[in-house]
Amino acid sequence: MKSKVDSKFTPMIGLEIHCQLNTLKTKLFCSCNAQFRGEEPNTYTCPVCLGLPGSLPTVNENAIDCAIKLAHAFDSKINKRMYFFRKNYFYPDLPQNFQITQYNKAGGVAFADGGTISIKFDNKIKNIELDRFHLENDPGKLVHEGGDIESSNETLVDYNRSGIALIEIVTKPVIESPREARIFLKKLRSIISHCEIVDLTKDGAMRVDANISIKGHARAEVKNINSFKEVERALKWEIKRQINKLKKGQETEQETRNWNGKITTLLRSKESENEYRYFPEADLVPIEIKQDWIDDIKEKMPELPDERIARLQEEYGLKEYDATVITEDKEVADFYEECCKLNENYEAIKNWLMNDIMGILNEENLSISSTELKPKLVDEFISAIDSGKVTTKIAKKYISKIIKGIGIKKWMKKQGVKKITDKEKLNELADKIISDNPDVVEDLKKKPKTFQYFVGQMMKATRGQADIQLTRKILKEKLKKYMK
Amino acid sequence: MPSLNQLSGIEIRDKIRTQEISSEDIVLACFKRINDVESKINAFTEVFEKEAVKRAKEIDKKIKKGEKVGNLAGIPLAVKDLISVKGHQTSAGSKMLNGYISPYDSTVIERLVRKQDAIIIGTTNMDEFAMGSSTESSFYGATYNPWNLKFVPGGSSGGSGAAIAADETILSLGSDTGGSIRCPAAYCGVAGIKPTYGRVSRYGIIAYANSLEQVGPISKTVKDSALVLQNMAGKDPKDATTVDESVENYLDIIENGIEDFTIGIPNEFYGEGLDPDVEKQVRNAIKILEKKGSNIIKVSLPHIEYALPTYYLIAMSEASSNLARFDGIRYGYKTDNTDGNFNEVFSRTRGEGFGPEVRRRIILGTYALSAGYFEMFYIKALKVRTLIRQDFLKAYEKCDVLIGPTMPATAFEIGTKLDDPIQMYLEDILTVPINLAGIPSMSLNCGFASNGMPVGMQIMGKFFKESDIFRTAYVLEQEMKYFKQRPDLGGY
Repeated sequence: MKSKVDSKFTPMIGLEIHCQLNTLKTKLFCSCNAQFRGEEPNTYTCPVCLGLPGSLPTVNENAIDCAIKLAHAFDSKINKRMYFFRKNYFYPDLPQNFQITQYNKAGGVAFADGGTISIKFDNKIKNIELDRFHLENDPGKLVHEGGDIESSNETLVDYNRSGIALIEIVTKPVIESPREARIFLKKLRSIISHCEIVDLTKDGAMRVDANISIKGHARAEVKNINSFKEVERALKWEIKRQINKLKKGQETEQETRNWNGKITTLLRSKESENEYRYFPEADLVPIEIKQDWIDDIKEKMPELPDERIARLQEEYGLKEYDATVITEDKEVADFYEECCKLNENYEAIKNWLMNDIMGILNEENLSISSTELKPKLVDEFISAIDSGKVTTKIAKKYISKIIKGIGIKKWMKKQGVKKITDKEKLNELADKIISDNPDVVEDLKKKPKTFQYFVGQMMKATRGQADIQLTRKILKEKLKKYMK
Repeated sequence: MPSLNQLSGIEIRDKIRTQEISSEDIVLACFKRINDVESKINAFTEVFEKEAVKRAKEIDKKIKKGEKVGNLAGIPLAVKDLISVKGHQTSAGSKMLNGYISPYDSTVIERLVRKQDAIIIGTTNMDEFAMGSSTESSFYGATYNPWNLKFVPGGSSGGSGAAIAADETILSLGSDTGGSIRCPAAYCGVAGIKPTYGRVSRYGIIAYANSLEQVGPISKTVKDSALVLQNMAGKDPKDATTVDESVENYLDIIENGIEDFTIGIPNEFYGEGLDPDVEKQVRNAIKILEKKGSNIIKVSLPHIEYALPTYYLIAMSEASSNLARFDGIRYGYKTDNTDGNFNEVFSRTRGEGFGPEVRRRIILGTYALSAGYFEMFYIKALKVRTLIRQDFLKAYEKCDVLIGPTMPATAFEIGTKLDDPIQMYLEDILTVPINLAGIPSMSLNCGFASNGMPVGMQIMGKFFKESDIFRTAYVLEQEMKYFKQRPDLGGY
């Protein structure tokens, strides 16, 4: 229960989300290969992204395609004349010591203004308003050899990441709780994954900064919230800090704070805030975003999460909650639908996929595409359960193998899970199960489908090892007098 | 008989084509001249003798075999030391970039040298980071004016201007942010054109003020400038500010005359502070144009009164950002004392690596872009810039070209303005309006002052109408024939 005092303090949260357009082939301002991850440091570079004297940027128009896509997804208003600004600050990972970005002040405009993302929680819908979003370039990466920024003796710079295209999305300060922030981010993630502009499985593909204030008081910006999961924790901590301060009769201050995984600490006070000296980037001429261009992208828009959630409910009989969870990641939703093409037990596929398979993948931080998991393996698996060849117990034992590309049949063979073909043994067992379940036998007279129950019981009793053909034959003989 | 290195680019081109001389002959002639006079002039920061001779021999071989060669095949070219040449130091005349070897070619080098087979004989001296009008602030020492070694050659492309005047090279390239081609062309008595902004690629040119500058030729004759420009101009996918506007064959139309031209004389170029010797020579040239059939009218450019402060605000603001990359991490000068955090090391490196004028402009530009001043200075300067551009556009409704002096006076003595930045900035009063507007302008020698120093006049054209400038300049050059006069440096 909320205490009376706390309800006087309404948190206001605005988020800034950096999305790396890591599905693009090249960087934002040069033609360097953008698929730099795991490569030798400083090999995916050129005079432009190294900021060598005399080099000039040129705009990768595919990045603009991505931005237009997002504007459609958010229903934001695209500024038809696009131009860049320089944001000047000195930092060793920034080769020119300025970032090329878009700015919504000093005569500049963002790529697009406004737009909303609707989220659903506690049975209500809330539209989170976006302020704007814009394109900019990523800096290089500092590598602190043998430690962190404080403890390492030397810091190296890897410019492979330098110049990768980013989209920064800024919400209005309308998010009211850490939980709401988490739900919002999940939805944003889902939209971005459906637009296929960011490969979310890559480290640092989405990075979040948060602006937090208590209504009527100064805000703090919290940086370095490295993982998506930590947003809720960081926000909770920071809100508590601010409320505690106010409760003591002190004022909160405008400042930038650092989230270290446990608490937020002061990074810079307002007085020492960077002075970015934004001004127009004259090396890039304004680009006209013509209506044709916008319309072209609109025609090619993929299905977005809200439509998909509705369709999944309709087509596969999923509950809204399940449809929402599946849709959080396009890859998962696509995989689910692929499985459903092969096997009609949609409910079972959903259960096994969401509860067991995703559990394993999340634990190991894997995406479906990075494993050997294939729809036909899921089909084989679900069919095996449905036909009674496999009991739940065996299925649970097996399921971690499915992501390694091992089919259930193959696995059972390897495990020495052998079929029981001993006629006498099965006969005995069948007699026992029939006599143990007189009421089901009664049911059988009306509903011949109940027959499947006895098959299931047989499989269960033998831990799925009974020969299915033989079991069916024996049961049929024994029960045919009850069946029409 | 003049020595080979005294010939124009066009003459050399034709002699190489007809195999009257070899490329090696002319390259060697230039290096002989460099050996003879360079100790007096200091026009070069580096000469590429071995490489140039080797390349000349290759081209000679090709020509002998009848193979296809480029439009500038075998002609010696000197390039300002801020134009990136792969495998060579590109220092912008600064200690900051002493030892920096460019790993790539600028687009102009790709076009003139790799494609059209010009031969680079060396890089030329300049004011540090192109900030200056005298070529005195170079880390590699001052360059001296071949007409009088006590005088400055102008700047910032003073090395290119002096090398041409002293016949150390046949062709040269400079860059012009606020007059840096036209000023040395005027002070050294040669021709030099700043093309329309967007006409020539800036890719590979070390930036000082990127919204203002262009690369252009400095040459002995008007035709030589046309020859160089038409082989390097045009859209470059690597420079988004280049314009997709077709490049005329200037040499084809250069002799068309100016009978149908209306020539504007902007009042504001003949105001107070203009040296009477300069005015006299420029007025003389105007008379020649009138005699040659063009219609002379008076025009006014009322806002160029504000051009100088406007230029310096914009140029310094851009410079403060453009020069931010020089921090010692990746290339160039780095302080020996690396104690402290990165900010302290950056500051020390920059404090030690940049000269006083560069530091001054970075600091002023940083200030002008800061919150609270940005609107008052930078934004206001952009507005005035627009007004100045409109003044020119209005004048061009009635005129084809405008004529004025390039500099308010002739070259001054070395050391006399170095400690007085305001006096130095005033040198640019007649050249900066052109960069603010973005139009093309050429400086041409139009005579000599009573002290024997050359006088330069400016021929300003419409956007992308360099052809009009060349036609006008060619008429004057052929009438006045000042290009035939040479400073006496001895050595022949």
